[in-house]
This record gives sequence, C-alpha cells and structure tokens, in this order.
Amino acid sequence: MLTLYTRRRIINAVGLLVSILAMAFGLFWLCWILITLLSYGLPALVPAVFTQMTPPPGSTGGLLNAITGSLMMSLLGTLIGTPIGILAGTYLAEFGQRGWLAPVTRFINDILLSAPSIVIGLFVYEVYVVHVRHFSGWAGAIALAIIVIPIVIRTTENMLRLIPNTLREAAAALGAPQWKIVNFVTLRAARAGIITGVMLAIARISGETAPLLFTALNNQFWSADMNNPLANLPVVIFQFAMSPYEDWQHLAWAGALLITLSVLTLNILARILFRQSATTH
Amino acid sequence: MKSTLLHQARLNQQIWLDMMFRGLTRLSAFGVLALLLAIIYSLVIGSMPAINAFGFNFLVNDEWNPVTDEYGALVPIVGTLVTSGIALLIAIPVSFGIAIFLTELSPRVLRRPLGIAVELLAGIPSIIYGMWGLFVFAPFFADYIEPWINDHIGTMPMLGPFFSGPPMGIGILTAGIILAIMVIPFIASVMRDVFEVVPPMLKESAYGVGATTWEVVMKIVLPYTRIGVVGGIMLGLGRALGETMAVTFVIGNAHELSKSLLMPGNSISSALANEFTEAVGDLYTSSLIELGLILFFITFVVLSFARLLLHKLGKREGQAT
Repeated sequence: MLTLYTRRRIINAVGLLVSILAMAFGLFWLCWILITLLSYGLPALVPAVFTQMTPPPGSTGGLLNAITGSLMMSLLGTLIGTPIGILAGTYLAEFGQRGWLAPVTRFINDILLSAPSIVIGLFVYEVYVVHVRHFSGWAGAIALAIIVIPIVIRTTENMLRLIPNTLREAAAALGAPQWKIVNFVTLRAARAGIITGVMLAIARISGETAPLLFTALNNQFWSADMNNPLANLPVVIFQFAMSPYEDWQHLAWAGALLITLSVLTLNILARILFRQSATTH
Repeated sequence: MKSTLLHQARLNQQIWLDMMFRGLTRLSAFGVLALLLAIIYSLVIGSMPAINAFGFNFLVNDEWNPVTDEYGALVPIVGTLVTSGIALLIAIPVSFGIAIFLTELSPRVLRRPLGIAVELLAGIPSIIYGMWGLFVFAPFFADYIEPWINDHIGTMPMLGPFFSGPPMGIGILTAGIILAIMVIPFIASVMRDVFEVVPPMLKESAYGVGATTWEVVMKIVLPYTRIGVVGGIMLGLGRALGETMAVTFVIGNAHELSKSLLMPGNSISSALANEFTEAVGDLYTSSLIELGLILFFITFVVLSFARLLLHKLGKREGQAT
C-alpha cells in the first residue's frame, strides 16, 4: 500500500509527463508539415515558377499569373477592409461607451472573426457574382475584405484601449477637438499595434481558399483585369493538387511553400514589430 | 468683436468636424451589423427555392441526387458534426496539456519560443493542412494505422462496426484527425491565455500548503478558469465546423451515410467547395446555399456561446482584481 504522499507524487509525475508529451505531440505535427513542405516544395521551386503562366496538363509552366492575381486581390482586399476596420474599431474604443451599438457590434464582430470563410464566399456570390453574371477579381477582393474587417476592428479596439486615458485628457485640456485627439494622439500612439493587426489580417487572407472558389474562381491565362476571373495561388493549388498530373502537383507544392513562407514571415514580422513598439513605450 | 466672431466660426467648424468624424466611425460600426444581417438575408433568399421544395424534410433526408433533383442535408450535416466531434475528442486533452506545459512547466527561456511555435501552427493556411493530409498523412494512415485499427478495434463487439473498412487513408476519421491538428493551436492558445488570468496569489497559496503542480492545476487553475476553458473549446469547435479546405482534401466526398469512420463521407463545407461552381439548375444551387445557411446557423450558435462564456470569465476577472 502506497502512502498518500507517494501516490500524490506519482499522480503529479504522470500528469506532468502527459502534458510534456502533449507539447511534443503539438510540435511534432508542426515539424512534420514543415519538413514535408520543404522536401516537396523546394525542388519544385524553380525560376520558371516566377516567370511562366500556369500550364495545361502535361507541360511545364509556372505560377506567375496566380502570384500576381493573389497579390492584387490581397492588396485590394486589405485596402478596402482596413479603413472600415480602423474606423469601426475606433468607434468601439473611443465613442462607444454608451448605447447599444458598441456592445452589439463587438459581439457580432467576434462571431464574424471566426465565421466559416466559405459562407462569406457564398454571400459575395449571392450579392455580387449573381448580379454581374460572371466571376471576377473584384468579387474575390470583396470577399477578402470582409475577412479583413473583423480582424482589424478587433486589434484596433484592443490597441486603442491600451492607450492611457491621461494622454486623451492632456490633449483635451489643450483644447483639441475629439477628432484631432483620436487622429493625432490616440491612433498615432497605437499605430504599431494597428499595423501589426493589418499584417496579421494580410497573413490570414493570403492563404484563404474557400471564399475565392465562388468569387474569383481561376484563370489559366495571364490577366490583370479585375473584372474577369482571376488566377490566384490558393485556388490553383487546390486544383493542381487534386489533379492526377504530376507537373501540376509539383507546381501545387511550390505554391504551397510560397504561401506558407509568406504567411510565416508576415506573422513573425508582425510579432517583432509589436514587441519593438512595446519595449520603446 | 471681430476676433470672437472668428473664434466662434472656428469653434463651429471643429464641432462640425467632430460630428462628421464620430458619424463616420459610427457608420462603420453599423456596417458590421449590416454585414451580418445581409449575410443572413442573402443566404435565406438564396435557399428559398430549396426550402419551398423540401421544407423541413431537407434536414433528415439522406438523398443527394442531382439527376432526379432531390436533395437532403443529412449526410453533410452528420459528416460535419462527426468530424468536428473527433477533432475535439483529440484536441481537448492535447491542448490542455500544451496549455499546462506553457503556463506551469516550461522553463522561462522556452516559454516564448514554444508559445510562438504553437501560434505559428495556427497561422498555417488550411489548404496546406489539406495537401499534407492528402499526400503524406493519408497514405501513411492507410499503410500503417488503418490495418492496425481494422485488426484490433474493428473486431471488438461494440466498437467494431465503427472502425472497420477498407484502408483507403481518406475518410471521416482522417478528416477528423487533420481537423484536430488544426484546432489544437487555437484551443491551446485560448487555454493558455485564460490560465494566465489566475491570480498568482491563489496558486502560491496552494503551493504553500504543499500541493503538487498537478493538484494546483486541477484544483485551483481549472476550477477558476472553467468557463474560459469551455469558451476556448467552443471557439475551436466553431473553427472545426466551418473548416473547408483541410477537410475537402481528405474526406472523400461521398454522399453516403456509413457506419464506419474509415469510409469516405462528406461535410457541409466540402460539399460546397466541390459542387457549388459546377451546380446546374436552380434547385441544386439553392440546396447548396441552404447547406451554407445551416452551417452558418450552427457556427453562429456555437460561437455566440463561446463568446458569452469568455465574456463572463473576463467580467469575473475584472471583479477579482
């Protein structure tokens, strides 16, 4: 018969061992996925990937049109979504102390933040694609903007809340009107944090596939026309990876590596930026 | 006299600018509300033909036949719920362990890099998980794990039928496992965040009377943060339910209801991803949109619940300090 003390120590040791194993389990998948990506993706990442268009099955080609399309849509999505997000986030943090609008918006925004992105694709299809009767780059950009907005709102509000009230009071005491206080004092002080949020939003949309399936669709040829179906990396990866052709699968791996690298770089940059700004304050 | 007039004019201008700016931010906040209403409205309008044609029967019918134009949502709904259930079953204990490790056990030097690694795992786009699942995990699963499952669990009296089938690698179980890998970082980082709100004084008092680390976690940290932990799990569930690409690659896309978890199935989001652009006919498209509406409804309920719980924890934290 074990003493109570020994039993407690054994339970403790087992519990802690299991939690260490859980940590190892989590990291194991990260390593496995990254190693797979590198081992399949690096050999496929030849210069042609950046200079040629997506090929028909059985011939060589690259991803130039898809990369361009992705960049254009992500850029436009960010440009549309960011101002709306910052303004709404400002309302929540600076003006929304009274009334029903701020709490309701905050709640809805938190839900939109993790709403299924494929439903957002369906929504844009219903309200835009159906009416103009063709898939287009604009539709894709709108869908991405809808994903950007909640992320930017959330970070803007959080960052503005970190700004000490004394700063606002000091500006008010100098006679500054509220729009100047917000634009030239609080938003400026929270700038680094807000940029971090925007970068995280870009990282998020650059890998989004589901909302683009019904909006931008895909285009096998070079096109920079936002009013036409636009090639983009995620959908090309989806199509090529699901295809039986080896050339296509290689390109899909190259694209997957590109997307992952850019997403991880953005994530890490955002963190470094945020930490730097936090230490200088 | 003249200067006060000028003053008044400038003051009025500033007041006007203030109102404009405030109105603009309020309009943007209102836009979020309008966006949600617009999403619900457009999905309802889009699924009207299917709702009129099938009514309530849509939810319990397992037929999905574009040739005869008869559609029912049972198979994808079950697929979505079962894959998410499997994902949670795996993800909850693992995330719990990771959160304990990060808050209580990890050496201080490792805490930040490991936390960042977990968050990076959360940042990897879902299509990458899907590709990895299809090309690497599914073959591995078919060669090594599924034969073992068939031989050992598949022959058990009660569980057997759920775990026997051809070792194809793709199917409901594989989709569930990939989803688990995807939601582990989400749940783990929420759990870590809520574990960190436990006042150090409480934990130190417990250590002071001689509690072991494990006892502190189970009897102090967990009861204190219970609401937040459930909220985090719900948040992960919301992710898992709506996840599209990771599932689409590996679930097999078969509109069939089978008992075995090793058989291919379908989920709401993968049915949408695979069929929507190829759907011909109003009823087909409309049925798919109704699937989207159902998915949105389920995730909306789950996510609202999650937010309410996390909000409640946040409030208590405010009172305690």
